[in-house]
Amino acid sequence: MSLTISLYIMALVVLNIGGCWWLLAKTKNLRADEDANGKVQHSYDGIEEYNKPLPRWWLWLFYITIFFAIGYLVLYPGFGHLPGVLGWSQAAQHEQEVKAAEEKVAPLYAGFAAKSVTELSQDPAALAVGSRLFGNNCATCHGADAKGAPGFPNLTDKDWIYGGDADTIKLTITGGRQGMMPAFGSSLDEPTQLAVRHYVLSLSGRDHDKDLAGQGKATFETICAACHGLEGKGNPMLGALNLTDDVWLYGGTQGAIADTIKNGRNGVMPAHGELLGESRIHVLAAYVLSLSAKQ
Amino acid sequence: MPGDIPVQQLYVKAPKIYVKPVGGVFAKLRVAAMWLLLGWYYLAPWLTWDNRQAILFDLPGRKFHLFGLTLWPQDFIFLTWLLILAALALFFFTAVSGRLWCGYACPQTVWTKAFMWMERITEGERNARMKLDKQPLSFEKIRKKTAKHSLWIVFALFTGFTFVGFFVPIRELSADMLNGSLGGWGWFWVLFYSFATYGNAGKLREQVCIYMCPYARFQGAMFDRDTLIIAYDSKRGEPRGARRKDVPRGHDGLGDCIDCMQCVHVCPTGIDIRDGLQVACIACAACIDACDEVMVKMDYPKGLIKYTTEHRDSGKETHVLRPRILLYGALLLGLFVLFIYALSVRMPLRVDVLRDRGRLYSMTSLGTIENVYTLKVMNLDQDAHRYRLQASAEAPVTVKAETEFVVPGGEIVNVPVRLEIDPYELSEVTSTVHFRIESLDKQDVVVDETSSFIKPANTGAR
Repeated sequence: MSLTISLYIMALVVLNIGGCWWLLAKTKNLRADEDANGKVQHSYDGIEEYNKPLPRWWLWLFYITIFFAIGYLVLYPGFGHLPGVLGWSQAAQHEQEVKAAEEKVAPLYAGFAAKSVTELSQDPAALAVGSRLFGNNCATCHGADAKGAPGFPNLTDKDWIYGGDADTIKLTITGGRQGMMPAFGSSLDEPTQLAVRHYVLSLSGRDHDKDLAGQGKATFETICAACHGLEGKGNPMLGALNLTDDVWLYGGTQGAIADTIKNGRNGVMPAHGELLGESRIHVLAAYVLSLSAKQ
Repeated sequence: MPGDIPVQQLYVKAPKIYVKPVGGVFAKLRVAAMWLLLGWYYLAPWLTWDNRQAILFDLPGRKFHLFGLTLWPQDFIFLTWLLILAALALFFFTAVSGRLWCGYACPQTVWTKAFMWMERITEGERNARMKLDKQPLSFEKIRKKTAKHSLWIVFALFTGFTFVGFFVPIRELSADMLNGSLGGWGWFWVLFYSFATYGNAGKLREQVCIYMCPYARFQGAMFDRDTLIIAYDSKRGEPRGARRKDVPRGHDGLGDCIDCMQCVHVCPTGIDIRDGLQVACIACAACIDACDEVMVKMDYPKGLIKYTTEHRDSGKETHVLRPRILLYGALLLGLFVLFIYALSVRMPLRVDVLRDRGRLYSMTSLGTIENVYTLKVMNLDQDAHRYRLQASAEAPVTVKAETEFVVPGGEIVNVPVRLEIDPYELSEVTSTVHFRIESLDKQDVVVDETSSFIKPANTGAR
């Protein structure tokens, strides 16, 4: 707020409050013309009006509102750019509320922290909290039912890209993941890409051309096996996918696989360590663990 | 300004009204109404139902408990109905019998009456009170005033405490207050309502009716010439004046009004009913009782001030059944029956369907389309129930979710549901899906909800 605007607002405020005061002071002793019967000296259609003065406390109410306004402007921000003597601000109040909320839930999370993730995954109270955390932070990508979508892993099956034990899940949530498959569109020619595609299809028993798959096997075992392993069973250390289980992160159709080989894939799971904090991630991991335990 | 006119200010100190108690038919009715209403108010929060407070407006829990009924925020329409019913009832009774509410049932009237009774037992009758206020400060004056205000404050505190007890379980509240563990806000509201009671019933009294009450303002709109009003029979009463007891009635040229001012002294708003119907009259009928007492003493017939109607006063007939009454009555009855019916068939189950916010749809590796929804299943009943979920659309639907689940009484459970449809079976990019949730252990508890199913635009219908 520039000083000019601030001064302008101050002037307006002073003028208005002063104006209210002046109006009250001017009118409180006004005289009403009334005759001996207490009637005001005008009639209309034979209807006459009594003079009915308001009770005096009514006037005091008006004055109180003025004092209230002045008191408010002294205590709180409002008088131009002045912050008010209480130093109140929206941001500070928000931080205070957050702190109060954290303090309120701290004992709850302390109770959860005392148990292992595996124990918590059986605890209905922890799962209720976990499901809400999941709904707020994870469901946007993984879906409300955690069954994922193309590019976003299904968390309810037994198929884990980086490993499904409690510590790994916590690590994934805390630090995030960068799933990277390089693009082979420039290093492999079209026929080779086609052959590799059919070999990949054959790994999980999908429809494929036997001859092409046979041609692709050698290329797969020299290039792709570096990450996916000789048998194509993937590598949790690298986040390389298992190509033999017919679970497809980016789609298992001919087109989708061709696209993956040609252009590569970049999967990002954002890091939530800063956002959620250790105690919440502990509970969340238990919830994620419980999802696949149901299967 | 002419000099003979006295100077009058726009504001004057409100005159203090000293009300004289009165006996009689209507006075007894008013006392009965006071006992009934105050008794109900102070007792109601202590009633229990199913191991909980029978009447509890649980604001943080967002549930209103009324005996066997629990209302949720989604039932807000019932509150709206109730308010409409209350307004219609007010119109109806006002049109028929004037300001019944003000004189007999309004909290302002009822609590003022209780406060006046305390004033009477501590400071004495009307004349004694006037004298007490005029006399200089003395030990006796301090003693009486202290006694009065102590009684008032205790009663007001109890009132404020009871009021908060409708919103916070009153047994916990009383325990918290006694052992000092009630928080700042709790105390604030208890004291706030106590102060409001003390101020309204002790200090402001009739000024609330005259200067603040909105209902008093639009009374006139509901009155007609057949409405019951309290009126002074000026034809019979005028010319008024004091008289000797030995002159027979009517022989000294005077009317029946002996100008004893009893009707003014008993009036809680301090008006003179002999000036005619006026906005400050709350129709409490105290002046009728007072005047009848005097008439009996004078051996005159009762009813110089009486309940009457404008038509009757001008010698015409009073029509109780008139279009206005019939219309108000029909509306009131119709709405009331509908209200009771709606409450009785209220489905103890509600479902809100929320589409996932993350994405419109996702394609499976088989080329089918999936949409994800979250069903918020609310069991409005007091007991747990098991429910079954089904989904349908214009094409065959595969439901990928747990289709049977239990919801505890009064709880909400989130049920994530994934629907899978072949996009080539759907004619539109956005089509409707129907969810049906039914209770497996309670007859006729079924809720149908719809949502939309979205598929990619490049999958044309066959």
